[in-house]
Amino acid sequence: MATEFNFELVSPEQLLVSGRVSEVVIPASEGEMTVMANHAPAMTTIKPGVVTVKAADGKTDRYVVFGGFADILPTGCTLLAESAVHVDDFKSADIARRIDAARAELEKASGDEQRFGLESYLAELTTLQGIVVPA
Amino acid sequence: MPSLKDLKNRIASVKATQKITKAMKMVAAAKLRRAQEAAEAARPYSQRMSAVLANIAQAVGQDDSAPRLMTGTGKDQVHLLVVCTAERGLCGGFNSQIARLARDHTRKLLAAGKTVKIICVGKKGFDILRRDFASLIIDRIELRDVKKIGFENADQIGRKVIALFEKGEFDVCTLFYSEFKSVIAQVPTALQLVPASAPAAVEQVEGATAIYDYEPDAAAILGDLIPRNISVQIFRALLENVAGEMGAKMSAMDNATRNAGEMINKLTLSYNRQRQAQITKELIEIISGAEAL
Repeated sequence: MATEFNFELVSPEQLLVSGRVSEVVIPASEGEMTVMANHAPAMTTIKPGVVTVKAADGKTDRYVVFGGFADILPTGCTLLAESAVHVDDFKSADIARRIDAARAELEKASGDEQRFGLESYLAELTTLQGIVVPA
Repeated sequence: MPSLKDLKNRIASVKATQKITKAMKMVAAAKLRRAQEAAEAARPYSQRMSAVLANIAQAVGQDDSAPRLMTGTGKDQVHLLVVCTAERGLCGGFNSQIARLARDHTRKLLAAGKTVKIICVGKKGFDILRRDFASLIIDRIELRDVKKIGFENADQIGRKVIALFEKGEFDVCTLFYSEFKSVIAQVPTALQLVPASAPAAVEQVEGATAIYDYEPDAAAILGDLIPRNISVQIFRALLENVAGEMGAKMSAMDNATRNAGEMINKLTLSYNRQRQAQITKELIEIISGAEAL
C-alpha cells in the first residue's frame, strides 16, 4: 500500500510546495484534519492556521496559511491558500496587522451574520497568534 | 539653413535622448522578466482554482442554493466595467488599446439603453476615459505606489466589486485588461466576472465528483470560493497587465532608440556636408583673392 502521495501548497503568488509527502495536517474549518495516502475524496475550506507537512523522507515543515481551501483525492492533495508563508519566514507584524484590520471591519459590520463571521475569524487569528508568536 | 553650431547642438540633444530611451528599454526588459516570472508563478493557483470551481459547480448545479454571484441577478440593466491599465505612459498603444476596447463597449451598452458604471484601475485609463465618460466613473484605484503587485491589491479591488454587488449596484461586471501573448503582442481582453461564466467542466480523470465529501457543504464552499475566484481573476489580469506594459514599453523604447539613431545619422551627414561646403567656400575666396592680385 502506498504510504505517500502528492501534495501541493499553492498561494496566488507562487507554488510553495510540490512533492511526495506521507502526512499533512490541515487546519480545516471544521477542525484540524490529517490527510494521509488514500484519503477519501474531500473538499474543505480552511481557516487561518498552521499546515504541517511531513515529507516522504521524514522531514517536517510547517507553513502558516490564512484561509483558502483544500482539494483532497486518494492520489493527492492540493491546498489553495489565500496567503501562505513558511513558519521561519513568518513575521508577527503580519498577523497583528490582520487582527487590526479584522477589528476595524468588525466595528463597521452591520448584519448579525457578518458580525458572527468576523468574530470567529478574529478568534481564529488570535489563536493562531498564540501558536506561532513566541510569548 | 541651420548653422554648424545649431546642427552640432541638435546632434548632441538627440544623442542624449537616445541614451535615455536606451536606458528605459533596458529597465523595461529587466522588469518584463520579473513580471513574466510573477505571472507564471501565479498560473498554477488560477488553474487549480478553475478546475475546482468547475468541479464543485457541477455538484451544486443550478439550483437555488447557488450563490447570486454565480447566477447573477437575472437582469442585465446596470453594467460595471473594471478597466485595468498601466500607471505610466511611454509604452506605445498599450493603454489606449485597452481604453478603446472599454470605450467601444461602453458606447454599445449606452446605445442599448443600459446604465454603465466604471471603475478605473491605473492612472492612464482614468485619464483617457475621463474625457468621454467622466460622469460614469464611480471609483478609481491607483497602484502607483505599489512596487510589486501582490494578491492583497487584487483582493481589495475584488472586495470592492463584491460589496457593490451585494448592495445591488450592478447586475453584470466585466473586467478589461490586456492579455500578454508575447513581448510584441498584447491583446486587450474583456472578461465577464459577474455572473461568473461557469468554467467549462474539465475532464476529471478520477471521475470522483459524485463521491466528494464536502466540508462544511458544497454550497457553503462555493459561496466562499466565488468571491475568491473574482479576486484571483483580477490578480491574474493585473499581472498580465504589468507584463504587457513592460513588453509594450520595451518595444516602444526600442523603436525610439532606433529612430534617434537614424536621426543622428541624417544630422551628421548634413553637418559634414555643410562643413565641407564652408571649407570649399573659404578656399575659393582665398584662390580668387590670390588671382586678383
